[in-house]
Amino acid sequence: MGTGIFLQTTLNGLMIGGVYALVAVGLTLIFGVMKIVNFAQGEFVMLGMYISWMLAHFAGIGPYEGLAISAVIMFLIGYLVFRLLIVRVIGKKDEEFILLTLGLSIFLQNAILMIFSADYLTVTSSMKDSALSFADLTLTLPRIIAFSVALTAVAVLTFLLQKTDTGRAMRACAESREIATVLGINPMRSFTLAFCIGIALAGIAGVLLTPMFYVYPGVGTLFNTTAFVVVVLGGMGSVPGALLGGLIIGIVESLTGSYVSLDLSQLGTFVIFLIVLFFRPSGLFGKRT
Amino acid sequence: MLEINNIVTGYGDMKVLDGITLSVAEGETVALVGSNGAGKTTLLRAISGLIPVWSGNITFNGQDTTKLPAHELPALGIAHIPQGRGVLAQVSVYDNLLLGAYIPSAKSRREESLKEVFKIFPILEEKKTHLGGSLSGGQQQMLAIGRALMSHPKLMILDEPSLGLAPIVVDSVFKIIKDISAQGVSILLIEQNLVEALAVSSRGYVLETGRIALQGKSADLFNNDAVRAAYLGL
Ligand SMILES: Nc1ncnc2c1ncn2[C@@H]1O[C@H](COP(=O)(O)OP(=O)(O)OP(=O)(O)O)[C@@H](O)[C@H]1O
Ligand SMILES: [Mg+2]
Repeated sequence: MGTGIFLQTTLNGLMIGGVYALVAVGLTLIFGVMKIVNFAQGEFVMLGMYISWMLAHFAGIGPYEGLAISAVIMFLIGYLVFRLLIVRVIGKKDEEFILLTLGLSIFLQNAILMIFSADYLTVTSSMKDSALSFADLTLTLPRIIAFSVALTAVAVLTFLLQKTDTGRAMRACAESREIATVLGINPMRSFTLAFCIGIALAGIAGVLLTPMFYVYPGVGTLFNTTAFVVVVLGGMGSVPGALLGGLIIGIVESLTGSYVSLDLSQLGTFVIFLIVLFFRPSGLFGKRT
Repeated sequence: MLEINNIVTGYGDMKVLDGITLSVAEGETVALVGSNGAGKTTLLRAISGLIPVWSGNITFNGQDTTKLPAHELPALGIAHIPQGRGVLAQVSVYDNLLLGAYIPSAKSRREESLKEVFKIFPILEEKKTHLGGSLSGGQQQMLAIGRALMSHPKLMILDEPSLGLAPIVVDSVFKIIKDISAQGVSILLIEQNLVEALAVSSRGYVLETGRIALQGKSADLFNNDAVRAAYLGL
């Protein structure tokens, strides 16, 4: 019985960890390529949730059916934010992007608050209550879908980065904007793409979460903290690091929540965070300096 | 082919180059020598569009490139091998080479280019899955040159390729530069290694604190007393 609960809790955490990983991969991609920390990453998760809610509410399109549409909308929102705001802080002092993205986070929360009020909204899916069971373990379908889609998205991104010219160009920019330039790469193009993909991933995560979470203007802050912890844990700029970090944090949070106290579920996260950084200051996959 | 016309540039409001005029003709190898801090790298960065030119202009094959964005120059046929080689340390040798053929005209024939480069530098094929940063200094220089060749440049600009290399490796690097030149590629070679640089080039310029102090046939420069005194301690 004891091991049954343990396994169940671990599995639940792993599934949610996949979504954390997705948010963090977006954040780490933006940081890796552009050297900009997007403090509004969680708010883009929140926007993804609202887009999903709107699709369901106004067009009757469920979260999973509308996933691709939501992803495209988020990509375009990312593009708009990049052109209007982010371009201004590329290559500038760190304070500039910190202020800009922090400000953006506050702006987005309040804009959504103004439009949708602070009400808790829900998005349902016909699959919401379906579950798969084997032995005495049960996994709800939304968790399984969230986990599978998140991992697929990370796999696609990894393929893009490793095996395509566009991805190689992004990696070149990540390492040196100047070297990339003398090779004929337009760094601004790589930056734009990295940012839009990073935002789209946050949006996809938001959509995947809607059947499990309430949708409200402040929901993004939950994911902001988690995503930063995951990115630092995995090593700033490392996609595999963010993936592994996300899964670890998902499991740790779930275990702490059920074995210690639900209120303290983030405590376990920070304990693991401190332990890992104590032994590996630049994170699991970080480049040692 | 490359015409630099009285350019002035620098960093912030610090002037580094004060009216440089220099040219490289089709198929020619030109050496640019000068001591530390003379402004050699700054000149290359200006040619490659990495820093803005304050006044004067640069043309390449008749086209004014002074105001072109830096990333558009490789497609015109300019390959710039930066000081310190510019190898991407976190990227595999293979991907470094593929990135050399990023421009569209080179992308279409990159498989054959890759074969050619591996023929010149077999070590790169052996180490193609290794990260660029894991190679030795000499191997990194080969990777930097190989990567530049992947773009089939008309003009190759090298910034102190011999810097920090063992003498025997330096010899092979200069031999490779000669081979590349023999294939008709124009070369602008920046060096502090005066003897080797003047040996592979037909003409040379001596840069001193932002101005061209001397220029002429490499053989003449080599026999110039002032040059010998300043660079060879003779
Ligand atoms: N990024 C920079 N910002 C400000 N000043 C710079 C910068 N790079 C170089 N300088 C200054 O410009 C001058 C010329 O430097 P440059 O690197 O062009 O010299 P160099 O001839 O290439 O020297 P070396 O042989 O050491 O490579 C030096 O006084 C240097 O301090
Ligand atoms: Mg230099």
